[in-house]
Amino acid sequence: MNLSHFSAVLLFSLFTSIVFAITQRAEPKKMVRFGALCFVLFVSGTIAASWVMWLIKH
Amino acid sequence: MTTKVQEPAVAGGKTGSGDAAASGASPALALLAGWLVPGAGHLLLGKWVRAGLLMVSIVGMFAIGIALQGKVYTPNTGEPLDMLGFAGDLGSGLLYGLARVLGWGQAPVLVAVADYGTKFIVVAGLLNVVAAVDAHSLASGRKPS
Repeated sequence: MNLSHFSAVLLFSLFTSIVFAITQRAEPKKMVRFGALCFVLFVSGTIAASWVMWLIKH
Repeated sequence: MTTKVQEPAVAGGKTGSGDAAASGASPALALLAGWLVPGAGHLLLGKWVRAGLLMVSIVGMFAIGIALQGKVYTPNTGEPLDMLGFAGDLGSGLLYGLARVLGWGQAPVLVAVADYGTKFIVVAGLLNVVAAVDAHSLASGRKPS
């Protein structure tokens, strides 16, 4: 199996967000909202960190 | 004429007895089952959808880690970071035992994405511990639903 870096980020974020949502919230509607928030923060945080590393290098 | 009997109020306005707590499974059993098999703790409590999602997420993460040729840590290597990795991997319960028995994750790391695989396996174990503790909280009534 060979994943690109970005697809690895997406899969990691998806699975982790699902577990966080189920375990950290009690109501289904709040779980969905918290899971979506976690997913967006994971992905956007990784992209932001990538740009920071690129700027440091250049 | 009917008379409504109200439950006694407790601090925070919660009685501490949710649906899951009323299912009869003991908190220790939910914790143990949830650790051994991802999602089994929630399954015992009748939370089918949550159990399925947890199982797919944790087993999927572990399987992707193995497929990426990630490393499965073993105890007693003497390296502190390896010991931490072993503690994380152990959180996967029977999945970790299966990986050790079948020899998964023992080959030397040859590709760059294998390091991602190692992290996927460790994080799958850590998430499984979180899920098992959540099952314990549901069974004990500390988490309402």
